[in-house]
Amino acid sequence: MVSPILELTDINKSFGHVQANKNINLKINKGTIHGIIGENGAGKSTLMSIVFGLYQANSGSIKINGKEINLRSPRDSIINGIGMVHQHFMLVENFTVLENIILGFEGETVFGEKLQKAKEDLEKLCQTYNFNIDLDATISDLSVGFRQRVEILKSLYRGAEILILDEPTGVLTPQEVDELFKILRSLKDEGKTIVLITHKLIEIMDLTSEVSVMRQGEMVGHTKTEDTSKEQLAEMMVGRSVLLRVDKKEIKKGETIFKVNNLSVKDDLDVTRVKDVNLEICSGEILGIAGVTGNGQTELLEALSGIRKVESGSIELFGEKISDQNNFLNPRMLKEKGLAHVPEDRQRMGLISDFKAHENLIFGYHDQEPYSKSAILNNKEITEYSNKVMQEYDVRPNSPNLITSNFSGGNQQKIILSRELNENPKVLLVGQPTRGVDIGAIEFIHQRLIDMRDKGAAILLASVELDEILSLSDRIIVMFDGKIVGEKENKNVTDRELGLLMAGVA
Amino acid sequence: MEFLSDIASLINSTLRISTPLVFAAMAGIFAERSGVIDFSLEGKMLMAAFVAAVGSYYLGNPWLGLLLAIIICVCLSMLHGFASVTHKGDQVVSCVAINILIIGLTTALAAAWFGQAGLTPTLNEDQRFLEIHLPFADALRDIPVIGTLYSDILSGHYVFVYLAYLSVPLVFWIVFKTSFGLRLRAVGENPSAVDTAGINVFTMRYKALAINGVLIAFAGAHLSTAVNANFFREMSAGRGYLALAAMIFGKWHPKTALIACLLFGFTDALQIRLQGVELPAIGEIPVQLIQALPYILTVVLLAGFVGKAIAPNAIGQPYIKER
Repeated sequence: MVSPILELTDINKSFGHVQANKNINLKINKGTIHGIIGENGAGKSTLMSIVFGLYQANSGSIKINGKEINLRSPRDSIINGIGMVHQHFMLVENFTVLENIILGFEGETVFGEKLQKAKEDLEKLCQTYNFNIDLDATISDLSVGFRQRVEILKSLYRGAEILILDEPTGVLTPQEVDELFKILRSLKDEGKTIVLITHKLIEIMDLTSEVSVMRQGEMVGHTKTEDTSKEQLAEMMVGRSVLLRVDKKEIKKGETIFKVNNLSVKDDLDVTRVKDVNLEICSGEILGIAGVTGNGQTELLEALSGIRKVESGSIELFGEKISDQNNFLNPRMLKEKGLAHVPEDRQRMGLISDFKAHENLIFGYHDQEPYSKSAILNNKEITEYSNKVMQEYDVRPNSPNLITSNFSGGNQQKIILSRELNENPKVLLVGQPTRGVDIGAIEFIHQRLIDMRDKGAAILLASVELDEILSLSDRIIVMFDGKIVGEKENKNVTDRELGLLMAGVA
Repeated sequence: MEFLSDIASLINSTLRISTPLVFAAMAGIFAERSGVIDFSLEGKMLMAAFVAAVGSYYLGNPWLGLLLAIIICVCLSMLHGFASVTHKGDQVVSCVAINILIIGLTTALAAAWFGQAGLTPTLNEDQRFLEIHLPFADALRDIPVIGTLYSDILSGHYVFVYLAYLSVPLVFWIVFKTSFGLRLRAVGENPSAVDTAGINVFTMRYKALAINGVLIAFAGAHLSTAVNANFFREMSAGRGYLALAAMIFGKWHPKTALIACLLFGFTDALQIRLQGVELPAIGEIPVQLIQALPYILTVVLLAGFVGKAIAPNAIGQPYIKER
């Protein structure tokens, strides 16, 4: 009988009216890799933030090695041997690795001996785990994979026995994921306990020995990983059976309707983020852009949708030049020409979160009939339309008067999608369509995109989820450092091949 | 030789005029490095000037006046912290409120206590700081260059001038060589990282603001109990804003901020010298134009030359843990 290193009993936590955790019970055994799976918003991160002392539970108890402890701040947790690698790294970007790691645990008022000692200790730790980190490097110069290692090193240096990782693979290439898993397995062999929070079923199956499933703030099941399957876990997560594969018909490719020639784009800091990009999309085709976040996909989509200035090169729609460095059409004019855009940052660009759902549903078309007449909104028409479209897109709850920010991520995305798709665009630019969206909604959104393709739209899909790119695209290009580093027909391509391109090594 | 003594007196006044700017810029560095915008340097400087003048008038000792000014300025910083750190209010609004409050308060209190709106009684020699003459200043004056440097530039300043320039290496040392400094910079860049390292973000910001209050008090006391012998209405005259500009121009770094302060001080010293002077070919420059020089310079520098002054990442954002 193994005794649990961490035991949670009846944990409750609410934020305002929302109960994020309801009567959670959880036992984690020493020396295991324990997975916690659930959809976005299921309460996994909240629960682990409570264990890390960042949030305080409203009720319930936490025991470490059988001893009840009171966690008032992360310091208490760290002292008790808990480390956490957050989804958004908790690093100061303009500090060095060393400065980030000793922060809060300097051990001396004026830097001197202890700093030197810390450096030696860290170098030893790096060697033990084969981390290959330069302690004097500045964080902003490091790749995401290395930043994550810094986070792990930070926890280890602070004496973590239990290491919690919150969605650690979201921003990594497949190769980096392999590296990470290797590190986690070797940590387990050292006797450390790993808690892996994820919504990716495959990671649970690959790595963990035990798994707990959360749904809507509740713990709905615990099982040994060997006794379960992906399908079974998905059903537990969503509460109904889910189709994990996308059904896609054979491609019926039409003529080229969207063309990008030698496009370069700069970001707000005047750094060239898109470098000499050429691409073509045909009617009835989905072109996927794979790549690690921050390799120019964002700027590319912004330039194509008319939000960002073109530095050089041109964009053609139906053989007509619509944008180059001198003239460009704004998003509204592009919309009139049949180009729609589902922006990757839903909260910032896709929606006005403080508006009601029905306002967001027609925004951009609000000055057209039938939604308005002579500059006056026709509320009756808008409400009718909203009711209809929200039903069609299965937006829940189906209440057009609800403030948009009160909808879940998936339902917000459906609102945007319905608005952009309803005009039957010829070209559709989509960025991260399922970021922060629950599995049920993912299935729906994917199906809608496929429908659009079958209706003859040319679709450009940028996503950091490689699975998404692989299951939807007809053709895949890979972006690295602003350039297109590879193009493949989506036949027999593996995620490993793409991963090498994404990392810029192939 | 006259040219040399002109230069010497120009440098001398540059050092003196820059003093309140240096204190204020150093104060600003603490607040802003911790992530709290501090436009209220202006108001706090004015309040410090008022409190120092009143304090030394009643207590008969300028050091006690200074102490009182420090206490009041720290209180004002805490007020700013209470509004913008604890209650997550808009930091700029909180600063503007403090500035407006103090302009009115100093004027009104002076009227109530001394019968003159915005004016405090003149301090006698015991109640104010006097110029410090370094030893042998007079004896060494006639030695060429070194004598001028020692006697006319280094000697004969108020205590605040020396303290201001000593504060710069001290601030540098605290910010970059101590664990407090590391935490201070971290909390202004990424408060979440500080929180997850087990350090209280709010406490850190309050500590930074407390130091900010202490430093800015020196700037105010310099104005009313050293270079002047009383407080008068709005005597800070935009120096708080100028210091803030210098700090931004200096990229939130003590050394470069010092250089920026000296630059502003120099243009101010220059404009005083240039008033009424006929320049060859141009003739006499209108005094208003000359007086506007430091401010024009500020605008030009901030608009044109600073370019990529990258502010602490989390500046102006209240820390919200639970979302």
